[in-house]
Amino acid sequence: MNNKFLKATLAIVLLAAFFSSCKPKNSGDVVSGDAAQKAYVAPGKFDEFYNFVSGGFSGQVSVYGLPSGRLLRVVPVFSVDPQSGYGYSEETKPMLNTSHGFVPWDDQHHTELSQTNGEVDGRWLFANANNTPRIARLDLKTFRTAEIIELPNSAGNHSSPFITENTEYVVAGTRFSVPPDNANGDVAINTYKENFKGYLSFVKVGKEGQMDLSFQIEAPGVNFDLSHAGKGKSHGWFFFSCYNTEQANTLLEVNASQKDKDFIMAVNWKKAEEYIKAGKGKKVPAKYVHNTWDEKTQTAKSEMKSEVLVLSAKELKDICYMIPCPKSPHGCDVDPTGEYIVGSGKLAALIPVFSFDKLQNAIKAKQFDGEYDGIPVVKYEAALHGEVQKPGLGPLHTEFDGKGNAYTTFFVSSEVVKWDIKSLKVLDRVPTYYSVGHLCIPGGDSKKPFGKYLIAYNKITKDRYLPTGPELAQSAQIFDISGDKMQLILDFPTIGEPHYAQAAPADLIRNNGQLKYFKIEENNHPFATKGEKESKVIRKGNRVDVYMTSIRSHFAPDNIEGIKVGDEVYFHVTNLEQDWDVPHGFAIKGADNAELLIMPGETCTLKWIPKKVGIVPFYCTDFCSALHQEMQGYVRVSPAGSNVPLTFSLGTNVPVSK
Amino acid sequence: MYKLSLFIVALALFTSCGKKEAATEDFSTGAETTEAAADPSTYDPNRGLGKYSTVELGATLDVAMATEGEKIQAVKCSACHKLTDEKLVGPGWKGVTERNKPEWIMNFITNPDPMIDKDPKLQAQLELCLLRMPNQSLSDTDARNVLEFMRKNDGVK
Repeated sequence: MNNKFLKATLAIVLLAAFFSSCKPKNSGDVVSGDAAQKAYVAPGKFDEFYNFVSGGFSGQVSVYGLPSGRLLRVVPVFSVDPQSGYGYSEETKPMLNTSHGFVPWDDQHHTELSQTNGEVDGRWLFANANNTPRIARLDLKTFRTAEIIELPNSAGNHSSPFITENTEYVVAGTRFSVPPDNANGDVAINTYKENFKGYLSFVKVGKEGQMDLSFQIEAPGVNFDLSHAGKGKSHGWFFFSCYNTEQANTLLEVNASQKDKDFIMAVNWKKAEEYIKAGKGKKVPAKYVHNTWDEKTQTAKSEMKSEVLVLSAKELKDICYMIPCPKSPHGCDVDPTGEYIVGSGKLAALIPVFSFDKLQNAIKAKQFDGEYDGIPVVKYEAALHGEVQKPGLGPLHTEFDGKGNAYTTFFVSSEVVKWDIKSLKVLDRVPTYYSVGHLCIPGGDSKKPFGKYLIAYNKITKDRYLPTGPELAQSAQIFDISGDKMQLILDFPTIGEPHYAQAAPADLIRNNGQLKYFKIEENNHPFATKGEKESKVIRKGNRVDVYMTSIRSHFAPDNIEGIKVGDEVYFHVTNLEQDWDVPHGFAIKGADNAELLIMPGETCTLKWIPKKVGIVPFYCTDFCSALHQEMQGYVRVSPAGSNVPLTFSLGTNVPVSK
Repeated sequence: MYKLSLFIVALALFTSCGKKEAATEDFSTGAETTEAAADPSTYDPNRGLGKYSTVELGATLDVAMATEGEKIQAVKCSACHKLTDEKLVGPGWKGVTERNKPEWIMNFITNPDPMIDKDPKLQAQLELCLLRMPNQSLSDTDARNVLEFMRKNDGVK
């Protein structure tokens, strides 16, 4: 009897499953049986979305395909990358220059795709450096770092690189308030309240993507954490979450968690622009670098800037307003309509949702609750749309699906919760494995989310993969959100520590004019060698320039004699290939820097100082053809002061007969 | 029997859904192909495979074109091909315009990969060189100028 009942139930469930499979809205949590099908991308087929994931303490940006979770590429941004020579080749070294000199590493937290009219447009990706504050711009035609700008008066550039809806500005904030660069910084740490300031940077983005630090807003010394721009009706405003409004300088774990409410700071950047036009900004001395990559010369240059325009939030009353937000807010996310601003108090047991319209009315009616360090504090209830009650523990970040739903991550209760923005009702919850931090929905912070998938980036991995000793790769998890219920379809490991990520439909990126190789005719590198006939070796004092070419499968020249110990040898290697996916490598024994990986049509330079007498081989490191193992050469290194003449050749240095 | 029919119905449901999804959600058009693969039986070894059916040659050499062609040869070809009949990485160029029709040369230098797969002469050459001639992304004009330089190299005045 019992058995029959079970069978009947099973039959009904199975039938329901078959039918519901035609109606994705109900595909929900029936089984994980079709999860594999949903995440499966057949060999040779493309993924639906690109996923640009911050690399955390790796300093790089990783690119995955969705829904397969396949790693497509790691783009070097803020850390050196010996495998491509990024930060080691003479051309790329200036990209990592800062006002502190060459910095080989950083902590990369958030990525943001450029937008037009609030929609992802597939041109560029912005990335922040948290440790030595900088913003990078990646060109998505080449998947390379095109530009890096440093931010003065800042420390811990966390609330960055979020953008306005037409990519007018990319912003940066300061998580660790410090005395401004131009002030005397040699002060007692416990004079925080008096001497420490929080600066918000507005970096203008030009038509070709070029970045320029337009102005900074000097705000009270607190910890600015995350931010998002207004959009649609709230275009012209920016929202920054801040904690440590207690202004503690030690044991923040306790001392920065005293107040019941901290703030979301609303910044009217259009008003700031008006003040600048009216000459209210002050030019303040500041040293920061602007590094740019020139595609024509295939070389980066680093320029030191000397001043920045600063507006005071305290003096210019109607730029900034504080909105009280419970318990050390972290995420600060604006819904696709631009009306709702979600603050995630990471120690709160509720999620406050603010209304842009109500905020505007409150400002007009001066519904203030005093000031915080000279900045008006808007009454909490006056700006509040409502609170999501009992959503979970430790809310961190929220993204949107464009269908009126919000999805918030909960670190402490380790789950993603789906809720209705208007009614504030919780609709669904799924566990994550384990302790989710950021999440990403394709287009999920834009006016036009693409929905379909949600990726949770977890902080803890534990038992999700085969053990690999004490250190484990952080796990990410993909959920299908096309139905009413979220469904886990795949786990995948990541590099570094993923924080925020962005995703865009594959066509937006792959149809944006992807570059397959660099045209040799357009190579204006000063040391380019266009054709083997031009290959040569030139000595000027102890500097030796080797103009070398590579093509399947030989270098020209491949025999060089007359190099001496202590020479500064520059190998300028030009890859003469003109086809997609034919890089050549260049490595030389004993080099104390890295290799070069030279794309077709490109010229790269490796500096090498021979320290020992002898014969030193070099070779191609990227398997290029059936004769790749033959792609090698020799340098003869003679003692300093030797009389061996400088010679170079390819194919003519025939064996000496005995 | 009943079970089987249920299975078939279920299968039909699945497959019908699958097709629908494929039409709306499949971004994967696969790898880009520059040339539609031709039926091997229709391959013309005199013409080769590519966009050129006939190439008109002048009775005499076009010196300006040959000069342009020589510049391109220096950058994109000379690393592997000598102008004599001596093999370097690939075969020497001497006599290349006498051994091959101009359309065959034009097709090969603009569309090497698909043509190597089809052409008996190129297959034989591959066994000697063990290296597929790379696509050097010659424009139509570049390719025609290179051909003119090959003619010059073969003594056309």
